[in-house]
Amino acid sequence: MKPKALILTGYGINAEKELKWAFDLAGAEGTIVHLEDLIENKKMINDYQILGFPGGFSFGDHIASGKVFANLVKYNLFEEVKNFIAADKLVIGICNGFQVITKLGLVPSFDNSYEPVVSLIDNDSGKFEDRWVYLDVENDKSPWLKGLKKLYVPVRHGEGKLVARDNDVLERLKKNGQVALRYTTADGSPVEYPANPNGSVYDIAGITNEKGNVLGLMPHPEAYISKELHPRWTEGIVDEHTGLDIFKNAVAYFK
Amino acid sequence: MQMLRFEIKNKPQFGDSHSAGTLKTILEDTGIELSSLETIKAYNINEALSPTEAQQIKNDLLCDAVYQESREGFAYAKELDYDFAIEVAYKNGVTDNVGRTTARGMSFILGRDVNFGNVRSSAVYFFKGKAGEEAKISIAENVLCNTLIEDYRIFTRESFSPIDYFSYQPENTGKPYFDVINLEVSDAELEKISADRVLSLTLEEMKAIREYFRKDSVKAAREKMGLPTDPTDVEMELFGQTWSEHCKHKIFAAEVNYKDGNETKTIKNLFKTYIKGSTDKIKEKRDDLLSLFKDNAGVVKFDDDYAYCVKVETHNSPSALDPYGGAMTGIVGVNRDIIGTGLGAYPIFNTDVFCFGSPYTEDENVPEGLMHPRRIFRGVHRGVKDGGNESGIPTVNGSITFDPSFLGKPLVFCGTGGLMPLQVNGKESFEKYVQAGDQVVMCGGFIGKDGIHGATFSSVQLTEASPTSAVQIGDPITQKKMLDFLMEARDAGMYSGLTDNGAGGLASSIGEMAQFTNGARLDLEKCPLKYAGLKPWEILLSEAQERMSIAVPKDKVAEFLALAKRRDVEANVIGEFTDSGMLECFYNGERVSTLDLEMLHEGNPGLKIDAQWTAPKQTRAESNIVCGYGELLKTLLARPNVASKENWVRMYDHEVQARTVNKPFTGKENDGPSDGGVLKVFPDKNEGLVITHGMTPRYSRLDTYQMTANVIDEAVRQAIILGANPDTLVGLDNFCWPDPVQSEATPDGTYKMAQLVRSCEALYDFSIAYNCPCISGKDSMKNDYRRGGKKVSVLPTLLFTVTGKSDDITKTVSFYFKKPGKKIYLIGKTKAELGASEYFEMLGIKEGIVPTVDNPEKTFAMYKKLAEVLKKGLLDSAHDLSDGGLAVALSEAAFSGNTGASIDVSVLGAELTAEEKLFSESPSRILVSVDSANEKAFLETIGQENAVLLGETNDSDFVEIKDAEGVLVRETLADLKDGWKTALDF
Repeated sequence: MKPKALILTGYGINAEKELKWAFDLAGAEGTIVHLEDLIENKKMINDYQILGFPGGFSFGDHIASGKVFANLVKYNLFEEVKNFIAADKLVIGICNGFQVITKLGLVPSFDNSYEPVVSLIDNDSGKFEDRWVYLDVENDKSPWLKGLKKLYVPVRHGEGKLVARDNDVLERLKKNGQVALRYTTADGSPVEYPANPNGSVYDIAGITNEKGNVLGLMPHPEAYISKELHPRWTEGIVDEHTGLDIFKNAVAYFK
Repeated sequence: MQMLRFEIKNKPQFGDSHSAGTLKTILEDTGIELSSLETIKAYNINEALSPTEAQQIKNDLLCDAVYQESREGFAYAKELDYDFAIEVAYKNGVTDNVGRTTARGMSFILGRDVNFGNVRSSAVYFFKGKAGEEAKISIAENVLCNTLIEDYRIFTRESFSPIDYFSYQPENTGKPYFDVINLEVSDAELEKISADRVLSLTLEEMKAIREYFRKDSVKAAREKMGLPTDPTDVEMELFGQTWSEHCKHKIFAAEVNYKDGNETKTIKNLFKTYIKGSTDKIKEKRDDLLSLFKDNAGVVKFDDDYAYCVKVETHNSPSALDPYGGAMTGIVGVNRDIIGTGLGAYPIFNTDVFCFGSPYTEDENVPEGLMHPRRIFRGVHRGVKDGGNESGIPTVNGSITFDPSFLGKPLVFCGTGGLMPLQVNGKESFEKYVQAGDQVVMCGGFIGKDGIHGATFSSVQLTEASPTSAVQIGDPITQKKMLDFLMEARDAGMYSGLTDNGAGGLASSIGEMAQFTNGARLDLEKCPLKYAGLKPWEILLSEAQERMSIAVPKDKVAEFLALAKRRDVEANVIGEFTDSGMLECFYNGERVSTLDLEMLHEGNPGLKIDAQWTAPKQTRAESNIVCGYGELLKTLLARPNVASKENWVRMYDHEVQARTVNKPFTGKENDGPSDGGVLKVFPDKNEGLVITHGMTPRYSRLDTYQMTANVIDEAVRQAIILGANPDTLVGLDNFCWPDPVQSEATPDGTYKMAQLVRSCEALYDFSIAYNCPCISGKDSMKNDYRRGGKKVSVLPTLLFTVTGKSDDITKTVSFYFKKPGKKIYLIGKTKAELGASEYFEMLGIKEGIVPTVDNPEKTFAMYKKLAEVLKKGLLDSAHDLSDGGLAVALSEAAFSGNTGASIDVSVLGAELTAEEKLFSESPSRILVSVDSANEKAFLETIGQENAVLLGETNDSDFVEIKDAEGVLVRETLADLKDGWKTALDF
């Protein structure tokens, strides 16, 4: 049976359709659900194995990106989401979705505390930018990242600089293997802007919770689901892995 | 009640990139250098909160303790070390989007509603550094705020006092609900009424309205309804709006008397004769054109299940006054045109084209009262960027053109394409099904004085109380929520038709929709308002954003409103569609206007305009330059019109929705300029949509017929290069002209009108020859600046946007050289055409022959062959030649591909000079690279006569261009690229 993915939308989320495409192409069955409908019918979440927080501009990024959407979840659905995670199901937050789950404390959630200790703030460049970046997969213990070493995908954000509350938090992230993805260069040369597009500490592009079943990342794997979405595919470039492999991993996890 | 205020600021160790950027902009735009800046956000709250609730709101909503710190009250003004500070907030009554979101966020936490008006956001900038009073004002007014919509206060630690954000109380609207306007007055008085009320109605139009009210039948009917015999202000405003140039297109509908030498002809209606005329002719041979010129956008069949629609609008005047807000409402406004086409389409791409004065304009050359083009550029770009990005619509195509003629008025073209199923619940999606009895529902935002009669300058200070009618404020998120809701309601069959509330607001949208049933009645007091105090005519005309008007059958109203509530979308029944033949408005039950729909829509007396064409002399010209072409090429590449716009384009999200397979910038370093956009529409199909455009206002200096021919040729050529099937092309025309009606203010009106006629003639000829009908269009006809005897008029400008279907996007070819050892061919003829070229502009040479499209039928036949070549997969690269001609196109293809090239241009013909070979802008040319294995097939398919071998790509770092006499250009790829890449980084 195909695993079922619940993809949240509403309030300015805008990348839900391609996230559904990605899950569908990977062999899951994606359903787009308005957050309000899930709040009204909380039990619905039990029908799903995967929960997706897509990208977008929920509430216009007013106050801080992801903050108001996170509050809506926190004050209405937090127990259900925690139970979902505790049941070893999978959660992914991409771009604005990463901002939401970070502000909600789903990642890194040291000792399952759900305490927010990292945040995503204005890019050092001060600009929203759409550009493709190379990523090193730092650890593949997360079900989302199994077998992946390197990825090439776009970032599209103005608030993606990952900061940790203090150095202890950063060290603990590293020690726990919760640093999932780091910005890198094609040829291994030193990572500077724009290879690290936002100034993230330790070039972090994505992190997981301690167990690895919750992944948050700024880049958009769902934007690279066919080979023609690569910016230079007309040269005949065919990557070994595309963004689609992340979603295939999620499907494989439930097989 | 004591106002609560929270101030939020980044902890020092996390830096603040916004403050750094603001300091840089201050230095660039005002020349004032300051040593440091700390920015804080403030939330001013007028809501009764318990101390626990207040803490909860601060910690859970407003302050992210990971990297921010917070204070209560006006704390930082006393605490921080600064020389002076500026607090900026929206004026009373202007939509405060952050304040509204904060109120929503508070309601989630408190579990009770919080009134939008009870939260106001502000920002405080704390500066260190020396600045005089005038400098501080300059920083406030030129960088930090737009005084049309925002107020500011400058203070120091010593002069600081708290600001009261909630003292303003607007008054409710009392009787009488309307003024009565007596039209039985002299001609001069009639003109004065029109001017005083900003109706923009001519004397002839005022008289036509008077005739209507003089009719016995009208008098009798009005008496019976309890309306005065003379018109009410509501009615006069309805005429002013419906008969405006913006809505009625009076110039394109005028009767034109055209003279060219001894030849004279009369054209009944430019639009019907040329634009609709050519489309009607093409339509006989095409079955994919589903809806043309009757809806918000033209609709074209995509495949057996889907149709697509496209619309391009201009937003010039609003962008001149408020570049950010004007441009943002431009893009979200055209999005609504798409949402309101047929039963509703979902926007899948944006295309944005701007024209500005040069960013290097000296301050003293900026017309009085206007902003520097650099500031307009920055604001317009940011508005379009935020509008598109926040709506989740990719910007896949566009350009920026610079010319001194745009100093008086920038041109801001915003376009959108949308996708719709061919059938919705068994009905054709591209029609509307409004019936008498259906309810009028207004959805989306609230009504304020936004945009009424355009902008009026205001100088009220921060705490002073007066709503501004100046400009519209966009909120893409309100619109995104409405879009998602409407698509859900469409698929559930909850409504029978819808349209956008744009220019003219309800007056225009209901006025138009009423024609489906021949009547409508509105109860204006049912419209939700941002604040009290709007008069009935203001409610009717307001251009407040994010609103659509929807026709909902009575039995669907309850479920429609219920779904709106669940989706956090404002929706209210405000009237009913009728078959009374009248547009009737009421306020609190009292009738305030009733007009005959036929009079409103067909009663305009129309214009008669004279046109006289005197062709400017064109003679072949040359510079005295005989060497140093490499240096000239580098200078040309770094000119604003040619230079890379990547710095700006990269800030647009160009690939959300996961469809963009030809990105705006591509190449070995992802930084070369593409010829247009290609979308893979569905992830599991290889059919696609190609989007391109052409625009070269410079050529209008010599001939608008050839300007138009070139523009259409370029857009079509790019579409073919990117894989569009030549049988599927459609176009959109956007004319931006200076006022072409002869008058004291426009002494050269007959010439400008003749320029318009010639442009229309070319549009007719070329759209037919290229099988590329216009499916929609828009014109903006008064792009002039006048002040104190000075006049700046824009060059006659036509933007021609083309879309077409790619049968197989996996065959798409990009523009840059891929590998060494490939044959470089030039398709098309190079002629001595440097007139109005970028090269001659650079050298200040006014003479020359304008680039000319000789034989459109033959040219299109060549494009069809090129389409065959591409279908067979014979090319490695294909690049359109435009500004700067062959030398520029070759440089771009080479440096973007990190691949050297060596060509010999002597094959272009001995009759051409070296500079003509390098820089002539002859149209219909394409630079391609071909693998030698495909060379024979390529030449057989394209035809020997259409292509000439120039040279080869190689593994050197050089671009080398030789002529019979020797080397003209030999420059490294890096040298050519450097100036090009960085010229517009500011």
